[in-house]
Amino acid sequence: MSGQTLYDKLWQSHLVHSEPDGSALLYIDRHLVHEVTSPQAFEGLRLAGRKVWRATSAVAVPDHNVPTLNREQGITDAVSRLQVETLDRNCAEFGIVEYGMNDVRQGIVHVIGPEQGLTLPGMTVVCGDSHTSTHGAFGALAFGIGTSEVEHVLATQCLVARKSRSMRVWVKGRLGVGVTAKDLALAIIGQLGTAGGTGYAIEFAGPAVSALSLEGRMTLCNMAIEAGARAGMVAVDQATLDYVRGRPAAPTGSVWEQAEAWWRTLVSDEDAQFDCEVTVNGSDVVPQVTWGTSPEMVVGVTGAVPDPDDMSDAVKRSDGQRALNYMGLTAHTPITAIAVDKVFIGSCTNSRIEDLRAAAAVLKGRHKAASVKLAMVVPGSGLIKRQAEAEGLDKLFLAAGFEWREPGCSMCLAMNADRLEPGERCAATSNRNFEGRQGAGGRTHLVSPAMAAAAALAGHFVDVRDF
Amino acid sequence: MRALTELTGLVVPLDRANVDTDAIIPKQFLKSILRSGFGVNLFDAWRYLDQGEPGQDCSQRPLNPDFVLNQPRYQGAQILLARENFGCGSSREHAPWAIADYGLRVLIAPGFADIFYNNCFKNGLLPIVLPAEQVERLFQETFAHPGYQLHVDLVKQEIVTPAGEILTFDVDAHRKLCLLNGWDDIGLTLQHLGEIRAYEAQRIIDAPWLFS
Repeated sequence: MSGQTLYDKLWQSHLVHSEPDGSALLYIDRHLVHEVTSPQAFEGLRLAGRKVWRATSAVAVPDHNVPTLNREQGITDAVSRLQVETLDRNCAEFGIVEYGMNDVRQGIVHVIGPEQGLTLPGMTVVCGDSHTSTHGAFGALAFGIGTSEVEHVLATQCLVARKSRSMRVWVKGRLGVGVTAKDLALAIIGQLGTAGGTGYAIEFAGPAVSALSLEGRMTLCNMAIEAGARAGMVAVDQATLDYVRGRPAAPTGSVWEQAEAWWRTLVSDEDAQFDCEVTVNGSDVVPQVTWGTSPEMVVGVTGAVPDPDDMSDAVKRSDGQRALNYMGLTAHTPITAIAVDKVFIGSCTNSRIEDLRAAAAVLKGRHKAASVKLAMVVPGSGLIKRQAEAEGLDKLFLAAGFEWREPGCSMCLAMNADRLEPGERCAATSNRNFEGRQGAGGRTHLVSPAMAAAAALAGHFVDVRDF
Repeated sequence: MRALTELTGLVVPLDRANVDTDAIIPKQFLKSILRSGFGVNLFDAWRYLDQGEPGQDCSQRPLNPDFVLNQPRYQGAQILLARENFGCGSSREHAPWAIADYGLRVLIAPGFADIFYNNCFKNGLLPIVLPAEQVERLFQETFAHPGYQLHVDLVKQEIVTPAGEILTFDVDAHRKLCLLNGWDDIGLTLQHLGEIRAYEAQRIIDAPWLFS
């Protein structure tokens, strides 16, 4: 019998019940909650007269709707305010810990989980948000769920699930200077396609993945969903343990020893079999820029906008043409000839301290181009903001003409006031370039924080390796 | 949840791949704390010529005459025909809420995004995966024949075309049972109360740090 994959181990250790047809009840260790996908779930509990099974497993934070400016004035949009207040009320009623909007621990749900040690190796982590895959960076099984499932987990501490197939993406070699986890993620999505991971749980492995910091692994796992995979994960190693140790919710003393002994087993066995294996050469990856309206529509910064006429099938050709029309681009245009109107550094993909340092290092002593109307940095949490300020990064950003904002999801999905106007083009460190994602008619190009900073300086995309 | 056993319904074809949940229901409508009322904003950015905001009277808004849902021949459709990777993107259940609220009950595509697919079954919607060539043929037949209808039978797991051709499909037994009976998962899961408690008791011993 062959060995077990990391995914097998995580699945097996959380199995409460399984049916002959493959459907199973999976125990959930950690439930992260935010304001957008939870109100109807709490309402469902109330209507059915149900209680929360284990309130201490859940932690809530408002992030999607919160303003990134003038927060002391509260939320001016009445509909957004009601949603955030509803979260406050629901958490109070059901006894769930919440980091409120003015708590320094507040931030993007996928940033604060790991930051607080609420995300630990070997956990099952769910949240009503597709980017929950982020937490897989810790050797956890983490995936996004819908609101009915949020209610289900609140009521039963379990999820009805079916085991996915397993895929290993092996990244050999090493990433070059100026090439980041974000570029690797986009390059992998470009190779797999946005549906390439559908039905799979992906384990990212190989020397180029092991060499990533936990921040980088989070970026990589965060984008697994953009390849269609509900879960992405990286095996536990010393770097994982070093990151977790000392976090507020991490175990200590003899309990840490007990935890560590188990966590160290959370790797795929050498003889484990995967349903699908994909190899990527990390040494070949160059900084990536998306050109279309799906994350798979991506090329290296050294390339050009592709010609839909060269695409293999009819559906791809028509989608490619539609994307170019929406993006206001012409085939064969060099990527470095595309000018940007706005720059957004933030989101659950790229708003951690390492991301801010990388962007600041590019900006140091320089100023954004006059043609760039707005450049903004939205730290992933209040604590990251505080740390960046302690390191003087805020001053670098401000001197470069960037705005330095309060933490939240912000212009990744533009549920608050931060958005693109129709036709505006944005270099964004977020995760989705869908039509209208950053504002109706807005045009999004996904890039790494360093590439976004470089685009802000030049006014158009440039190869950050030349900076 | 509303049960679904079989239906005969008009088919509306949405001829593009990778239709994401931002397109299905744009983010500004996610601010609602209700489960209902999303149907008028289904595909909002494609369906209307103006910019949609929560709380508008959508009956007064200018429609995009080119968008397929607005064409007279597809009014009253209950079956949506779609392309590869339908429902990709976010986990927002507002997407299936909007689709169901609009009046659609069955979705047919060569593939669906995982979370969206799962969410459909929680809301009385049946997403059916068919081979790409069968979907392509249904697109061509729908374009060619105004009033094109399909009969969908969940019990037999088959689709019957107007010509009498039968296309079979797979569906997970648990999800089928729930959809046929209109059952919600929570009540079913709580039938395993003893097992959940037993698992949890063991887990407290094996991984005490999760319970502090």
